[in-house]
Amino acid sequence: MSFLNYLINGLSLGSIYAIIALGYTMVYGIAKMLNFAHGDFIMVGSYIIFTIVSTLGLPPGVGLLVAIILCTLLGITTEKVAYKPLRHAGSPLAVLITAIGVSYLLENVALLIFGADTKAFSSMISWSGVSLAGGRLKIQGFTLVSIIVGILILIFLQLFINKTKSGQAMLAVAEDKGAASLMGINVNKTITLTFAIGSALAAVAGALMCTAYPSLTPYTGAMPGIKAFVAAVLGGIGSIPGAMIGGLVLGVIEILGKTYISSQLSDAIVFGILIIVLLVKPTGILGKKIQEKV
Amino acid sequence: MKKLTKQQKSNLITLAMVVCFYLICEIFIRTGLMSSHLKGLLVPLTYYAIAAVGLNLCVGILGELSLGHAGFMCIGAFSSSIFSVMTRDALPTVPRFILAFIIGVAMTALLGFLIGIPVLRLNGDYLAIVTLAFGEIIKNILNAVYMGVDDKGLHLSLKDAASMGLDASTGKKIINGAMGITGTPSDSNFTIAIIILLVSLIIVQNLVQSRDGRAIMSIRDNRIAAESTGINVTKYKMLAFTISAAIAGAAGVLFSHNISTLTAQGIYFGYNASIMLLVYVVLGGIGNIRGSVIAAMILYVLPELLRGMDKYRMLIYSIVLIVMMLFNWSPKAIEFRQNHLSKFSKRFRKEAAR
Repeated sequence: MSFLNYLINGLSLGSIYAIIALGYTMVYGIAKMLNFAHGDFIMVGSYIIFTIVSTLGLPPGVGLLVAIILCTLLGITTEKVAYKPLRHAGSPLAVLITAIGVSYLLENVALLIFGADTKAFSSMISWSGVSLAGGRLKIQGFTLVSIIVGILILIFLQLFINKTKSGQAMLAVAEDKGAASLMGINVNKTITLTFAIGSALAAVAGALMCTAYPSLTPYTGAMPGIKAFVAAVLGGIGSIPGAMIGGLVLGVIEILGKTYISSQLSDAIVFGILIIVLLVKPTGILGKKIQEKV
Repeated sequence: MKKLTKQQKSNLITLAMVVCFYLICEIFIRTGLMSSHLKGLLVPLTYYAIAAVGLNLCVGILGELSLGHAGFMCIGAFSSSIFSVMTRDALPTVPRFILAFIIGVAMTALLGFLIGIPVLRLNGDYLAIVTLAFGEIIKNILNAVYMGVDDKGLHLSLKDAASMGLDASTGKKIINGAMGITGTPSDSNFTIAIIILLVSLIIVQNLVQSRDGRAIMSIRDNRIAAESTGINVTKYKMLAFTISAAIAGAAGVLFSHNISTLTAQGIYFGYNASIMLLVYVVLGGIGNIRGSVIAAMILYVLPELLRGMDKYRMLIYSIVLIVMMLFNWSPKAIEFRQNHLSKFSKRFRKEAAR
């Protein structure tokens, strides 16, 4: 039964990674850039919720809503100010370094406002969870909530991309920017929309993550951001179901590795799995193989 | 005397610049004009310049984005430090440091070669993330490993210091898990660091000018075209990647012999440190070796000099970084510069000619 418990915990952590990875993968698929600042949007979202819930004493739902709105605005602003001018720059590295600059900026603004000390994040979910099999298998409330939220977001995104016009526009822009703009798609607007969705997802992930691990510092978002990026690559970057699978696999491996092999080496195990998968399947689990042509 | 080409002249200027920098610093140190805080920064800024030169070989000349060079620094630092600690009492300073340096660089080159075999099969962002993964694995393992030596030989453990089973009387702990290596002799100094920087500059400059270097750059410009003209892509990629790793390892050796306690912390050897090196390379100009040296030196010293405004220094640094990237790389800013600023310089030049 304890194995099953760890597995469920892993799925819960995996859903959080998956939600972050969805943001990564969408932005990468459409803007073809690694948004290194994505992890810090999680941190920003968490601080907003922390301020509203703990300092102002408003209900968590309000906090989440405000965090989603503010993170979305922040994402759009960042894209407009820092990334858009570099979209046609000579080297793709230019926008990558700018994203790193944005990441430093967000971390240090948070450091100035909230200080370096760890903030205790009060749980947003009061549900104590369920116990199955006569109390031997206990599933905590936030574990179930994060898994359910992850699945809902996946379904929502799949529907959005496949059934709506904006979603189809995203697919088209991801495929070929030039051709998409010739077909009358507003490429700039589509990219902005992608950033908006990605940042909103980061806020949701921030809420879930700080419920699961209730300690908040300006650097909280960095490592989950990197891990989620690894998850996105693992699943095949640019693919939405891939990001979900990658996130879940990563979460389960991390928790099981921590429990059964070594708690210190869990990160090494996670990265090791990524290397092995990429060597066998160089574009990730669900990635498309692109034939290079002259 | 043979006439120098433009490239050779530029290379000599780079070397002369480093020598001038060294001489100026020496004069300042001798006359006591340099504060001890600034003096302490000289070796670090030199080894970061070395690491940036190494990374530029990978990013600029080979054209593959690596986010794991801090991991290579880590390997160089730890392998040389282990040797130095073990032979601390047995060998005099000079041969000990030379041997430690050779061991550090050789170990890093070997590991760079081994990592290169799988990594260089990938390309683009996938390669970047795998180098990041390798860097993190190196850091993670070195954080967890315990190593000691006694008269029976080496002992290793991944659990804790006690489970190594060291002999109580003759045993000596070398790597103490996350506490790292203590007691590395501080054998490196500014002069040695500058010599190593000059040597790595000469190696990279000669490589770039050689037939091998042209082959490497042709792979960067168009892999398929290079392959179809009979260039062995894998061989040259491995060559550049291994040399690049070895240079980062050399920087690592200087790193570990400059501080008393060596730990595999994220700020020194994690992906953040690799990204910092990448920032040096990109701001200095991708593929521009001289630029890397200048950028590394300025960008390393800048946040340290801003220590007076402690709270705001990283904030200022990040804003400077973003603005510089926008100004340097945005097509609109480049156009603006060409339209407005070049007029000034042209007019200025014309007037000067008159």
